[in-house]
Amino acid sequence: MAKIIVITSGKGGVGKTTTSAAFASGLALRGYRTVVIDFDVGLRNLDLIMGCERRVVYDLINVIQGEAKLQQALIKDKRCENLYVLPTSQTRDKDALTTEGVTAVMDELRKEFDYIVCDSPAGIESGALMALYHADEAIVVTNPEVSSVRDSDRILGILAARSRRAELGEEPVKEHLLLTRYSPKRVEDGEMLSLGDVKELLRTPLLGVIPESEVILQASNQGIPAIHMENSDVAEAYKDVVARFLGEERPLRFIQPVKVGFFKRLFGG
Amino acid sequence: MSFLDYFLGSRKKSAHVAKDRLKLILAHERDADGPDFLPALQEELLAVIAKYIPVDKENIKVSMERRGDFEVLELNVLFPDQH
Repeated sequence: MAKIIVITSGKGGVGKTTTSAAFASGLALRGYRTVVIDFDVGLRNLDLIMGCERRVVYDLINVIQGEAKLQQALIKDKRCENLYVLPTSQTRDKDALTTEGVTAVMDELRKEFDYIVCDSPAGIESGALMALYHADEAIVVTNPEVSSVRDSDRILGILAARSRRAELGEEPVKEHLLLTRYSPKRVEDGEMLSLGDVKELLRTPLLGVIPESEVILQASNQGIPAIHMENSDVAEAYKDVVARFLGEERPLRFIQPVKVGFFKRLFGG
Repeated sequence: MSFLDYFLGSRKKSAHVAKDRLKLILAHERDADGPDFLPALQEELLAVIAKYIPVDKENIKVSMERRGDFEVLELNVLFPDQH
């Protein structure tokens, strides 16, 4: 039975699309048939992060409106055998995404895939609600920063109240917290909320911590999901996230500051 | 924080300020929504209690409130008269 996972956050710019691309790639690397769907209608970007922007012919909205078959809209990833991307449309029509349409697409995808990863738009409008509606599990992407934490709390409340599982009175959506752009040095200096702080504030189990890194920009520049950036802490951290999601035990890494020398410590820097 | 900062003393860490502010605002905003599960919890508790003691639906109250750092779940059951 396919599992549907929404990558959400409330706030924009915290790393939802980066995480969707890396996480979906990671599941595919583990051999699972995976599809990643862009729900950000009007602001399509997952295709760029996945590096398949020039191969988009049909999109989610075309499928919903019956202008294309699902098979025509799915783009096979060039790096992972089992991975497909379902891009969204650039239309400015906000009502293009219908509940019935999305449900029909999900039902069809469920037959073909093990994991369906939904990349949610920012905000709590219809696109975001549509992305989380069918979710079995949710990864709430949060930066250790006040506005992001507050918005994550909001989205956790919405997950508990507005998902299909909540509406049908089924077992609630399983929630995971993913802390991104984490800077252990700044945490140590008391300038950034620690992972313990955020966990305590949001009362949600931690799936992983992705360190702040310049590799993310290098990856998006080239259209390579960050999990493929060899020998980087970001790629390793995302691999750990996928492993934990699949039920494996992995200790948290990259949460301690890199040790600096005695003189640098003495004089600051 | 460098060694010199240690001697010069430093102001309250901004991360602490952030955490304290978030604690307050999140508690406030969650209260505004109210926990969604209370009615269901009340329903289920009533079913369990009714299995053992005859009790009226009106005589059971479940409430949640915040006292300082704690959240207190209060369950009030009024038993029927025993005579």
